[in-house]
Amino acid sequence: MITAAPQEREHYLNASHGLKSWLLTKDHKRIGLLYLATITLFFFIGGAFATLIRVELLTPQGNLVSSETYNKLFTMHAVSMIFFFLIPSIPAVLGNFFLPIMIGARDLAFPRLNLLSWYLLVIGGAFSLFAMIAGGVDTGWTFYTPYSTTYSNSWVIATALGIFIAGFSSILTGLNFIVTVHTMRAPGMTWFRMPLFVWANYATSLIQVLGTPVLAVTIVLLFLERVFHLGIFDPARGGDPVLFQHLFWFYSHPAVYIMVLPSMGVVSEIISTFSRKAIFGYAFVAFSSVAIAVLGFLVWGHHMFVSGQSLYAGMVFSFLSYFVAIPSAIKVFNWTATLYKGSISFQTPMLYAFGFIGLFTVGGLTGLFLAALGMDIHVTDTYFVVAHFHYIMVGGALMGYLGGMHFWWPKITGRMYPEGWAKLSALVIFLGFNLTFFPQFILGYLGMPRRYHVYPAEFQVLNVLSTAGASVLAVGYVIPMIYFIWSLRYGKVASANPWGATGLEWKTSSPPPVHNFEETPVVTHEAYDYASLMAEEVEVG
Amino acid sequence: MEKFRLFPVQASTLAPEVDHLLYFMLAVTVFFTLLIFGAIFYFAVKYRRRSENELPHAQHTGYTLEILWSVIPFGITMVMFTWGASIFFTASRPPNDAIQIYAVGKQWMWKLEHLEGQREINELHIPVGIPVRITMASEDVIHSFFVPAFRTKQDVVPGRYSTTWFTATKPGKYHLFCAEYCGTNHSGMVGWVYVMEPKDYQDWLSGGAAEGSMADNGKKLFEQLACNNCHKEDSSGRGPTLVGLFGKQVQLAGGGSVLADEAYFRESILQPQAKIVYGFEPVMPTFQGLVTEEQVVQLVEYVKSLGPKPGTGPVDTGQKPAAKKSSIAGSAPANR
Repeated sequence: MITAAPQEREHYLNASHGLKSWLLTKDHKRIGLLYLATITLFFFIGGAFATLIRVELLTPQGNLVSSETYNKLFTMHAVSMIFFFLIPSIPAVLGNFFLPIMIGARDLAFPRLNLLSWYLLVIGGAFSLFAMIAGGVDTGWTFYTPYSTTYSNSWVIATALGIFIAGFSSILTGLNFIVTVHTMRAPGMTWFRMPLFVWANYATSLIQVLGTPVLAVTIVLLFLERVFHLGIFDPARGGDPVLFQHLFWFYSHPAVYIMVLPSMGVVSEIISTFSRKAIFGYAFVAFSSVAIAVLGFLVWGHHMFVSGQSLYAGMVFSFLSYFVAIPSAIKVFNWTATLYKGSISFQTPMLYAFGFIGLFTVGGLTGLFLAALGMDIHVTDTYFVVAHFHYIMVGGALMGYLGGMHFWWPKITGRMYPEGWAKLSALVIFLGFNLTFFPQFILGYLGMPRRYHVYPAEFQVLNVLSTAGASVLAVGYVIPMIYFIWSLRYGKVASANPWGATGLEWKTSSPPPVHNFEETPVVTHEAYDYASLMAEEVEVG
Repeated sequence: MEKFRLFPVQASTLAPEVDHLLYFMLAVTVFFTLLIFGAIFYFAVKYRRRSENELPHAQHTGYTLEILWSVIPFGITMVMFTWGASIFFTASRPPNDAIQIYAVGKQWMWKLEHLEGQREINELHIPVGIPVRITMASEDVIHSFFVPAFRTKQDVVPGRYSTTWFTATKPGKYHLFCAEYCGTNHSGMVGWVYVMEPKDYQDWLSGGAAEGSMADNGKKLFEQLACNNCHKEDSSGRGPTLVGLFGKQVQLAGGGSVLADEAYFRESILQPQAKIVYGFEPVMPTFQGLVTEEQVVQLVEYVKSLGPKPGTGPVDTGQKPAAKKSSIAGSAPANR
């Protein structure tokens, strides 16, 4: 139950009441919260699957669930986490809430479309949930053909249809953001005064709009082959299974950047705020987001080095994959340089930002191993890959999301979370994460293939460590869930700008009024101008 | 049970090469990780906020720094790229003198067949020190042939032949895994590679219960399926003669030519209408569904045994990039 701020000032939460006022809202802030509820549900569903997977892998034998069930667990873990949690996470929750405020707009460009996007995610999620409850799907989230089209006896179509529908949610959100950034910036908010979070979401939106339709087409082709037996991917019907992989990764590689780019935007905001300094190399950090979005479309073949694509295609994709590493490196170096001679404080969001940099660095650098052709032969399709992408998608994307949730929680709810518990849980998550996933790098190099229900006994020690880490990690995720809910009622009342941050979102009250600002802001300073912020504060007294 | 270890055994000529690249990449990445972590830790302590009112000086973009930390990492990654690509080239090109073995993946087992006719399931016996080339087909979905101790992995894609090769360097028993998810018992599609001294391997080959060589069995099939009604030893049949065909260029009706390699033979059996030999009618029925992949490889071996040079051909020549390239292209029937 969200309680009103004591002074009973009208804001977006108490301006209207009742279920209808939420389900039919066109307020981007309320829609952001609808997304928050939805993706939190899927996070805990996906987390439950992950728990079962890790418990099963405690022993080399398959003695908790059957192989059939195990295969469904890892498939549904990935489907829930990727399509219904990570892809919508930062853009649809924090982006929805803050992108308009940060550029001084009253709402997104298309508020009704925004509400439709949420309904599409819910409908898509309902299809996929139905598939999970009805019997599950066992193809892996990659849906490789001809297994998915000809051999699997599970709920492939219902799951894929859910993803297909949720894809349109993603496309429309991206479209909404692009138009909003182009047309709704407040007076004085030039492109190079925009906060880096906005740049990151803008770049993400480009990928969502350009990449997701290819996923939709791929799902339609999969549907045609599975239901109408058209020979597209199955060689027994004259198709080519590798064609599916090309189409799938043409979306799904850029999709990794849909997940991690917004987190990079969050980290830029946090690093700047908690070192009270403009981000070093602002333009380089801004353009590196766009560079990642563009280059991310040119590297999909690095998922297929041993799939039977030609030797020379492999070389080109390997070469291009190293290009995409550079803009990521630029970001990490610039964040580090921002700390130099800063005024650094260590509140929870900053701990998450440090955690992000640490884990993303490991995830990114292990990507260099996978991009090297001769190395990839050995480590692809092993736990090395599993560890690598969890470092990016959980260590990176999720740490960024949690950092952002803590950073903006006072603004969203008007309440402070309890700092001590929050620091503790950040530490628990960081330690639990590393204990879970670091052993998997070693397992992968030893040769343990991914998606193995039963495994040779010599891999058990490392798997036990990983499972132990996962239980620590689970505790780390449950603590914030509890104190966030607790803080809605008992948290300290938040001021308009508890962190001393510069963004426009901190110039309006917490929680913001329905139309975000009492009057349209006029932007006269560059982003992250702490000198003028502090001067203003002195004037105000 | 194998003993617990943190680093896999090296048991092929490729393994130390991959491991050397690993050491290099580990050195580079650990260096950069420590550099970044060290800088963050040092700055975080040294520049911690000491009073609530302090205001650090804003910095201007350091273009020299930006260029340095873009160009230097890029240069280092290009070393990784080149090194990785050179290993990949070696790993992708079987040498001339490799022994030929066939593998068929099916849900959920590996079936292997030696030219001499020995068949194995989920076990592969090979000699130490001699290159082994494995030509692989799938009966159903995608599988992947993975021997961690050899650092080799190759997807086995239905509808085409895939190839991998290795030279084992150490006698012993090593894991064989299926590395591409293939359905319910994916994690049960595992086996062992037994690396033996060449003499022991010869003993093993002659000691088994093989019922004739692959080519002999292929010949029997060839007769059972009545292939010999049309494909005769001279040019009098309704189909082209197969004698001396392997490794030659075949002229096609409608122009163009194709290299007569394993992939071409497979395609001609399963999709005979795909390429019609110049001067012949498209009268051959398809054998799709009538023969298994295992039977197809026996037929292929039989046709190869008809010459010109059994066991070798342009496909096997590791030194000729052009020939290898055409075999890759030829092994992808659905690409045309």
